[in-house]
Amino acid sequence: MKQTQTQTQHRPKRYGMAIDVDKCTGCGSCMVACFSENNVPFKQDETDKLLSITWLRVYKISNNEKFPNTEVAFIPRPCQHCAGQHEGHSPCVSVCPATATDYSVETGIVSQIYTRCFGCRYCMAACPYHARYFNWWDPVWPAGMEKSLSPNVSPRMRGVVEKCSFCFHRYQQARDKAYAEGRREIREEEYQTACTQACPAGAIVFGDLNNPEHLVHQIVKPDIEHHYRSHNPRAFRLLERLGTNTKVYYLSSRDWVRKSGDNYLPGEPVGLQGKADTHG
Amino acid sequence: MSSNEKHQTDGRTGDAHASSPSDPRSGPYILLFFILGLALSMVVGWSIFPKLLYSQKSQPIDFNHKLHLEQVDNGCQSCHFFREDGSFSGSPRLAQCTDCHAELLGESENEKIFVEHYVATDREVPWLVYSRQPDCVFFSHSAHVFGAKMDCETCHGPIGKSESLKPYEENRITGLSRDIWGRNIAGFKQNTWDRMKMDDCAQCHAQHDTLHDSSVQTGRDACFVCHK
Ligand code: SF4
Ligand code: SF4
Repeated sequence: MKQTQTQTQHRPKRYGMAIDVDKCTGCGSCMVACFSENNVPFKQDETDKLLSITWLRVYKISNNEKFPNTEVAFIPRPCQHCAGQHEGHSPCVSVCPATATDYSVETGIVSQIYTRCFGCRYCMAACPYHARYFNWWDPVWPAGMEKSLSPNVSPRMRGVVEKCSFCFHRYQQARDKAYAEGRREIREEEYQTACTQACPAGAIVFGDLNNPEHLVHQIVKPDIEHHYRSHNPRAFRLLERLGTNTKVYYLSSRDWVRKSGDNYLPGEPVGLQGKADTHG
Repeated sequence: MSSNEKHQTDGRTGDAHASSPSDPRSGPYILLFFILGLALSMVVGWSIFPKLLYSQKSQPIDFNHKLHLEQVDNGCQSCHFFREDGSFSGSPRLAQCTDCHAELLGESENEKIFVEHYVATDREVPWLVYSRQPDCVFFSHSAHVFGAKMDCETCHGPIGKSESLKPYEENRITGLSRDIWGRNIAGFKQNTWDRMKMDDCAQCHAQHDTLHDSSVQTGRDACFVCHK
């Protein structure tokens, strides 16, 4: 009989991230780390930012107040790995006609298989976070630089869509090690994303949201009954009211930062307790 | 309604063609022509095309697996070993060979070439790897050897018993070895190690009840299990 590994053998994982916006200095180390970790191609002329490929992009937001009350904050935005209202109903996954992008209930990671993608870009249109990027050209690396590419991540050809994978290859590597040591489970520190490790401010925390021993769970305190809404009053998710049920949480003590995470009406109080359920 | 009508009309036109052949004797010729065409395309597709598709290369030096396997203690893993992080080393680097072959050990011509050309000049042997997979494939030797306790032979065949290296047939389009695609062009396979395509992985997983159901799209294994 077919094993229902995810349900019966071990409890499913749900990898996620908590990014402390108040700690983030906007240095961009995470972007650089992500670039080099994942063989993200660049173009000879990177001035047209619309065509740039940035799996992780740091946005700058401002409270739009006049000096001296001006404040800025930085929002690092990897793929949010949406779970949707019914686990696995991510906007991109549900529209892909090629099964090129998929949701794994075992890890909660939204995968992207480049050799299946035929570049229709439905997923890009569906993604509310602009986390997906289209390869208009075959990547060309300066001579000799191809030697520095990671063998663990396949380079993408033109005509396909790519995005942050929560450094899935690192999960695969961590599992290799576990197998070699006769284990099936991997430890928190064995699977960490490149951006998490690169952040000099320690603003990014990565781990299993379902595992109470993981720091990310302790920070986020997800409410499993209510689409993993956070019990932490500092936490918010981007466009949370769309019901995308993302796995990237942001933290800030500043009201205006938390407000800018979603489309608040003027005068509307921050926080969405009781609101997310109204979306189907 | 309209589709019904259309169907009938189509039927009638079809009949009209069949019942009024221009020449009643043309039937057998058409059949013969068809059979000849089929035979020709079979010959092209099954024997000429594969020959054109693959170029033959020989390994830099010959290697006797059987002889080596008799000399070492740990079986295949003496040379094709696992690193501490669980990753698999693949074909040996020069450093492993020189553990024993710092200088000539025997009388074989190939060993002589090996020591003179590679050991003495400290150059890696550019082995052609029969089982090299495309870039997009993730395969965990760890999971299969330690997790599933599988034999090397299941996928690689009795290569340990071979006394010399077979020619490497390189696909001119993909650059990959013919061992991935398999020899039998009709798609029949007698042994588990005859091919290394995605279907072969899937078939074995299905046979051994190791299908997971982690994919939301397919209800089966998620693509990320074997892709990267
Ligand atoms: S662009 Fe690729 S991944 Fe996106 S929906 Fe189309 S086929 Fe699927
Ligand atoms: S998790 Fe990995 S792929 Fe995703 S943004 Fe961070 S470094 Fe990039």
